[in-house]
Amino acid sequence: MARIIVITSGKGGVGKTTTSAALAMGLAQRGKRTVVIDFDVGLRNLDLIMGCERRVVYDFINVINGEANLNQALIRDKRCDHLYVLPASQTRDKDALTKEGVERVLTQLSEDYDFVVCDSPAGIEHGANMAMYFADDAVVVTNPEVSSVRDSDRMLGILSSRSRRAENGDEPIREYLLLTRYDPQRVANGEMLSVDDVQEILSLHLLGVVPESKAVLNASNAGVPVILDRESDAGQAYNDMVSRYLGEDVPHRFLNPEKKGFLSRLFKG
Amino acid sequence: MGLLDYFISSRSKGTANVAKERLQILVAHDRAARDQPSYLPQLQEEILAVIRKYVDVDLSAVSVNYEQEDSHEVLELNIVLPDTIHQRA
Repeated sequence: MARIIVITSGKGGVGKTTTSAALAMGLAQRGKRTVVIDFDVGLRNLDLIMGCERRVVYDFINVINGEANLNQALIRDKRCDHLYVLPASQTRDKDALTKEGVERVLTQLSEDYDFVVCDSPAGIEHGANMAMYFADDAVVVTNPEVSSVRDSDRMLGILSSRSRRAENGDEPIREYLLLTRYDPQRVANGEMLSVDDVQEILSLHLLGVVPESKAVLNASNAGVPVILDRESDAGQAYNDMVSRYLGEDVPHRFLNPEKKGFLSRLFKG
Repeated sequence: MGLLDYFISSRSKGTANVAKERLQILVAHDRAARDQPSYLPQLQEEILAVIRKYVDVDLSAVSVNYEQEDSHEVLELNIVLPDTIHQRA
């Protein structure tokens, strides 16, 4: 039985797809058989972030409609044997993503894989609802910024009322907070909400803090999940996140500004 | 410039605390609304319609409050009647 993880946020542009790619790659690198699914019907992007956009033949909707079987649609990652990508369809018909169809695909995947990572679209429309409905775990990606925190809180309300687990009265979805685009220097200056501030408002289990990093754009430019950039702060933060998700006790890093020398502080260089 | 910025930033307090205060109020408000049953607005409207058959009151005179405590829920209905009650024929 696979564990189904939804990566959600409500607000767009906070790093859901970056996080989905990183989490899926990190799990697969640790030997877990993993599939990452793009639920953003009409605005497919996970394939670009994973660097497999030229290998897309069939997609999620094709599988739901029976136009292709799962093995034809799943794209095997070239860097990691245990990782597969199921791309979204570029169709404009959002209703193609039926609840029964999604359930069928997830049930089938559950038999052969350890983890299914669902990359949710932004918003609270159909695609986002489908991505989270069957989830066992939810990673709420949040930026330390007012609108993102508010939207995350809204998503938590939806997760606790409109998911399969909630409707069946099962154990609730495990909810985790991932704070991204964190700028420790601005936090120190009092210009940005701190981890503690966000925790105080959302009170979730903190899965990780990913610093604002140039490595993220570089990684997406190249189609390489940033977690593979082991030299970078963001790559390391995502690696810590995956370890924590699997139950390891890893201390949080990148929470404090880098110590600058006296001269560089003086001349801002 | 670096030196100047350093002194300015240590003097001005930053906006993060404003953000936190605003969020705390907003989130508390959102959560209170979220826990309410979805029939509340319609209930309020229908109660108002019934009262209006007998008394001339407006929407702001009727407030419906829903509170959830540990083991029970409280539905509180508050109607402010006008000073002079004009009975309709």
